[in-house]
Amino acid sequence: MIEFRGVAVRYPNAERDALSGVSFSAERGVITAVVGPNGSGKSTVVRTLIGRIGLSRGTIRLDGESTRDVPRPVRARRIAFVTQREELAFPVLVDEYAALGRFPHLGLWRAADRDDRRAVDRALDEAGVTPLRARRLDELSGGEWQRVRLARALAQGGDALVLDEPTAFLDVAHEMSVFELLDRLARNGRAVLLVSHQLNLVARFAATLVLLRDGSVVATGTPDQVMQAPILERVYDWPLVVTHDPLVGAPALVPLRARPAE
Amino acid sequence: MSSWRWVALVLVLVAVSALAVAVGTIHLPISVIWNGLRGVGDADAVMVIRNLRLPRVALAVLVGAGLGLSGASLQGAMRNPLAEPYLLGVSGGAAVGAVLASGLGLAAALLPIAAFAGAIVAVLAAFFVAHAAGARGDPRVLLMAGVVVGAFANAAIMVILANAEPNTVRNALWWMMGSVGEATWSQSRWLAAYLLAGGGALFVIGREIDVLALGEDAAAGLGLDVDAAIRRVFLIASLVAAATVAAAGLVGFVGLVVPHIVRAAGLRRHRSLLVGSALAGATLVVGADLLGRIIRPPAELPLGAVTALIGVPFFLAKLRRLT
Repeated sequence: MIEFRGVAVRYPNAERDALSGVSFSAERGVITAVVGPNGSGKSTVVRTLIGRIGLSRGTIRLDGESTRDVPRPVRARRIAFVTQREELAFPVLVDEYAALGRFPHLGLWRAADRDDRRAVDRALDEAGVTPLRARRLDELSGGEWQRVRLARALAQGGDALVLDEPTAFLDVAHEMSVFELLDRLARNGRAVLLVSHQLNLVARFAATLVLLRDGSVVATGTPDQVMQAPILERVYDWPLVVTHDPLVGAPALVPLRARPAE
Repeated sequence: MSSWRWVALVLVLVAVSALAVAVGTIHLPISVIWNGLRGVGDADAVMVIRNLRLPRVALAVLVGAGLGLSGASLQGAMRNPLAEPYLLGVSGGAAVGAVLASGLGLAAALLPIAAFAGAIVAVLAAFFVAHAAGARGDPRVLLMAGVVVGAFANAAIMVILANAEPNTVRNALWWMMGSVGEATWSQSRWLAAYLLAGGGALFVIGREIDVLALGEDAAAGLGLDVDAAIRRVFLIASLVAAATVAAAGLVGFVGLVVPHIVRAAGLRRHRSLLVGSALAGATLVVGADLLGRIIRPPAELPLGAVTALIGVPFFLAKLRRLT
């Protein structure tokens, strides 16, 4: 559904490309995860998708159609985003915030109708934040805030959900519940594309990993294909071993101490 | 938003305005005002009401509404509780225009036009500086550009005034202190037309401001062309503020403080916040003008100073809640 083909981008005044020749695709029904060390270009993938930075080469296609030919509001009706950071200068209520997800559908002139309200209710429900709906955003914990952001993206609708570090700052239970929700959304037919630095977690949920280093794709494939010690050691520049979780069978990365105890 | 808040906002404005028409060097009872509005009764009272007090209140309402609208939209779009039209170079540019006009000995009637032109030049200069810095729609860069342009304008004013005639200095100072004392109906009509157009446009793009307030990446994810949207808000809000400055000189603090008060009253979405800020801004300026007239009659305190004197305690209270 979302396809990057030889995408290169460069930030203004930057000396090298932030992404160069990046190709991968994120299909409906599965979770696709873009992983890699800090500064590898993971977040830039999301920023190119939302049109914050132009492509210098290559194309991004949505169901075969170049994003250049898809107007921004139309794109936003097809792909919902959870961006990495949001600092609201002026806090609003949870349901007001989630309702902003309907902006691509409403534009400036249409009033919210029953369908819009239903979409917001359903989104709050799916993200498990309905009891919070009358609370102010600045009263929420980090975990609640993250799920509310997800609710806004669900209210936005569309066939694809793109998330930048959706579980940053979350504890184990909140992290798992977010991933279980993403898994459910993917099973229900959405394309879920997420950027994450939590390799072990995404290895358990994603069908495809795209491993970036310095803006280029180093490896892409199933978690088992990508998470191999020689590849990861080269990319992360750190000694490590890859084991398999004995209970769930997913590959798991264990970084080694720099100087093992004698 | 429960409707009692709207009723309260409107009622307070009506009450303060009625008081501003009634109170002054000559106190007028309600019955006389009512007759005067209809043009009957004592000819002097009719004259005072129709030609002096009403135009003054009307202009104060419009100036306050414009500054409230401008401040509310800029704070939201730039996601900065300190953003306000005067911080963005509008006031500095307008002041340069006005000071230049009086320094060159232009007719007093041309002063508002010069002020408006100065404000526009300053806003365009801020845009140009931000653009040259390579950040077309980055609100922080726009803010800094506005501050720098304002500082430059202040320096220019000092250079002009340093060698000006005493009369020019007094005129320029009086104008920089803000006043609705010489209000005319034609001024109000002009300003009303500007506010209808500018305020209407801001109201229409109010939803975009809601989205911008989420942050640039989140707004882009919702399909907004962020840079263009920020520029749009900046330009319209600046034009509205420039029109108020041209009509009444510099009336500080309204654009900064009013949106905070209205937000604290529970108006959060920008369409409501804009209307609420227009009403509250109008109330603040009418009230400040009234206070300025009655504190030490027959002398009048400068409007811009009174709005700041009222606004500062409000703002400090708000700061205390934030920390």
